[in-house]
Amino acid sequence: MHVEEKMTVETWPAAPEKQTLEAKNKFLGFWLFLGGETVLFASLFATYLALKDSVPRSDMPLAKDLFEIPLVFAMTMILLTSSLTSVYAMYHMKNFSFKKMQVWLGITVVLGLAFLGLEIYEFNHYVHEFGHTFTSSAFGSAFYTLVGFHGAHVAFGLLWITTLIIRNSKRGLNLYNAPKYYVASLYWHFIDVVWVFIFTVVYLMGMVG
Amino acid sequence: MSTNAQKRGFGATLWDYLTTVDHKKIAHLYLIAGGLFFLIGGLEALFIRIQLLKPNNDFVSAGLFNELLTMHGTTMIFLAAMPLVFAFMNAVMPLQIGARDVAFPFLNSLGFWLFLFGGLFLNLSWFLDAAPNAGWTSYASLSIAQTGHGIDFYALGLQIAGLGTLIGGINFLVTIINMRAPGMTYMRMPMFTWTTFVVSALILFAFPPLTVGLFLMTFDRMFGANFFDAAMGGNTIIWEHFFWIFGHPEVYILILPAFGIFSEIFAIFSRKRLFGYSSMVFATVLIGFLGFMVWAHHMFTTGLGPIANSIFAVATMAIAVPTGIKIFNWLFTMWGGSIRFTTPMLWAVAFIPSFLMGGVTGVMLGSAAQDYQYHDTYFVVAHFHYVIVGGVVFALFAGAHLYWPKMFGTMLNEVLGKITFVLFFVGFHMTFFIQHFLGLWGMPRRVFTYLPGQGFETSNVVSSIGAFLMAAGVIVLLINVIITSVKNEKVGNDPWGDGRTLEWALSSPPPYYNFKQLPLVRGLDAYWIEKMEGKKGMTPAEPLGDIHMPNNSFIPFLISLGLFIAAFGAMYHGDEGNTWGIPVLIFGLLFTIGSMFVRSIKDDHGYHIPKEELIDDNDKGVKA
Amino acid sequence: MANGQINSGNPRVDIEYRRKKNAEEMKHQVITFALMIFLTLIAFVAVAYEGFTGWFIVPFILLLAGVQVVFQLFYFMHMSHEGHEAPKLFMYTGVLIAFVTILCYTTIIWW
Repeated sequence: MHVEEKMTVETWPAAPEKQTLEAKNKFLGFWLFLGGETVLFASLFATYLALKDSVPRSDMPLAKDLFEIPLVFAMTMILLTSSLTSVYAMYHMKNFSFKKMQVWLGITVVLGLAFLGLEIYEFNHYVHEFGHTFTSSAFGSAFYTLVGFHGAHVAFGLLWITTLIIRNSKRGLNLYNAPKYYVASLYWHFIDVVWVFIFTVVYLMGMVG
Repeated sequence: MSTNAQKRGFGATLWDYLTTVDHKKIAHLYLIAGGLFFLIGGLEALFIRIQLLKPNNDFVSAGLFNELLTMHGTTMIFLAAMPLVFAFMNAVMPLQIGARDVAFPFLNSLGFWLFLFGGLFLNLSWFLDAAPNAGWTSYASLSIAQTGHGIDFYALGLQIAGLGTLIGGINFLVTIINMRAPGMTYMRMPMFTWTTFVVSALILFAFPPLTVGLFLMTFDRMFGANFFDAAMGGNTIIWEHFFWIFGHPEVYILILPAFGIFSEIFAIFSRKRLFGYSSMVFATVLIGFLGFMVWAHHMFTTGLGPIANSIFAVATMAIAVPTGIKIFNWLFTMWGGSIRFTTPMLWAVAFIPSFLMGGVTGVMLGSAAQDYQYHDTYFVVAHFHYVIVGGVVFALFAGAHLYWPKMFGTMLNEVLGKITFVLFFVGFHMTFFIQHFLGLWGMPRRVFTYLPGQGFETSNVVSSIGAFLMAAGVIVLLINVIITSVKNEKVGNDPWGDGRTLEWALSSPPPYYNFKQLPLVRGLDAYWIEKMEGKKGMTPAEPLGDIHMPNNSFIPFLISLGLFIAAFGAMYHGDEGNTWGIPVLIFGLLFTIGSMFVRSIKDDHGYHIPKEELIDDNDKGVKA
Repeated sequence: MANGQINSGNPRVDIEYRRKKNAEEMKHQVITFALMIFLTLIAFVAVAYEGFTGWFIVPFILLLAGVQVVFQLFYFMHMSHEGHEAPKLFMYTGVLIAFVTILCYTTIIWW
């Protein structure tokens, strides 16, 4: 089966992301990469837990002084919803509805941007209201590194998905780009997985004290 | 795209290697680059041994000694042993499983160029500013206090090189899982492929902690973070743990492929099937797993407490069990075999007692209470050189002689090979055996000199002479390589005569598409089975058809170059009055991302070798 | 879903069947999503509500996070489907090493 072949609803396979050897390799390789990413984020979480609330002076803000429920809740809802929208995109990919897939991915990107905007607002808030910066304490370094690494992953994901949307807008789905869309959505879900632990371990546990 | 070997100019060849995505050519690149770094690391070792030749020596200053020592360790582990191991994995593993290439040829090339640029960056420290000087472990309390840019070179250079290794690991895993030839089940894979598989998994999980550790170090030293600064609430032990969570699997990443190479050699030159193949596989996986559970035995004296020390001590000693299984399997493979003492076999036979000694001192060091005595003495130096030189370096020499014909189509001279072996083997034991005693007598490691009258003089002289014998052995090997290349006498498919696995069914070197038709694998030692049934080659598993090949690409080079440039920006931006640092950092990163972007939007479907062309250069029938 | 194509010989019937199957799966995804939102809400409420001690809340919300991640991996990322044996193996190994790492940094780091 040639990867560039023009597909129709009739010829579109049930698992378009795994039709060619290249696609199977990409699929597996990306999962393995996520296995490595798991350890990478675990290392960052470990650092954060070791350095949480570790500040040089007693007047510096701690986790329970910084975090507020409404903002974190909004960010969580936005990112969780973006996970669902990318599931919708993959649903339409399987049905060979290219336009709908693009639209759902577009919504995912918008939600991702909203999340990133809130995160930037949040960091800005901590820096200016609390003097909690990357260099002010070990706690600050660990917090911004962990949450910032996640934010950088979100930013990279947005660039990636946007590139896919634009690059393929004129030519529709084929067996060459279907696996690309599929792994991008896997990546986006993984970002959400990491966020589930960030809002639990960093924010909620931080507020508990 | 040239499809067959023709005489080409130097420029064309250079461009071919800069853009190649062929695993066999990338293997050449790894071998050359790794070999070069091996020579540099070896020179550094010689300088160390000259300085320690006599008490109160002033051959190098104390500061330069620290740099030599740090760079010797870092270079040998990251820039010599790893890429040389990767060279053999690239050259042999895809052939052993009957694949036409690795799963991601583009990423394979990217992995190499990242490694090379990382290694170059690290070694440029000799010419710019100063070399890293906090030991290869670069413990944070010391390394964040060091002035100058030495440690910055370490953190950034290893970050880039480490990224390349991680990519390589994922690539090999996918290749082995997805691209085995028909009939090549997991339990028919040659031992070297199995060790490649386990090692790649170790890389996948061990390198992320190093990545994080190096990021923290980079942020602390260059961007004002406070991870390791106790005065700001930081904690230096964080680095130690990350380093060893990575570092312990790393030594298994080095030794397991060595086990794989020796397993092949014992079977080939005993003309017998590897004894206890399934227990070998089991032991390899078990060693890989346990390798993650023992890192804190490097930190017994850090003060983790008796409970943690006990747990890690027990886990450490447990590793002796699967390793023992392997030793016995190798011995039983030789038992009753029809042994030929070729150069690779000599290295393999010498490896068993040498490595065993390193293993025994390992168990001694693994006992937490005893470790307080040995810690930071030459006993430790002797131990890890016995496992790494006696295990890994022996395997690299053995592998070089064994696979030279498969990689370059010519045989290294056996007489010179045996001279190399004798010189290196004698030199190795002279250098390091005595160091056990130096350690027990109280000579601390990493000191740039010692005083007379402490009983260290004679032993250090012996040790230094041994180092020169090893150097002589390496020089003989280089001469051997030059003579062999000049003579350029091509050999056939199976130059050792007793090849067992698929790579020996192919011409030496194999055609760029490896297998004209994918072979049908009917059991362990697939080629041996066919030979025993009187067949010339493998039975094909598919009709002759067009072969899909990937296009060459210069983009991996550019992606790596961008990070190389960015590293300079990151390093110098904090200097007083520096204005170009941040722009260069941003430019480098954008350069990398831009190159990735080009790769992403430009479709690359590769090309097909038409069936007709394959029939053309075929002698007759099937040459799978 | 199987790796290959489902084939009854009649393309129209196949498509109908697959559409229905995909739609059904999508319905399950939406239910999963609703559960995830519900779990998140419980976690936030547990923290916002003053009455619980940290000794209860921390293990409780960690458990909720764990359940939610299983949902993500197995349903949103299709790890429950066939053909995910190798991904599973490597994700489990990654999780194990992640666990050991975090255990280390919460126990044997100097305080």
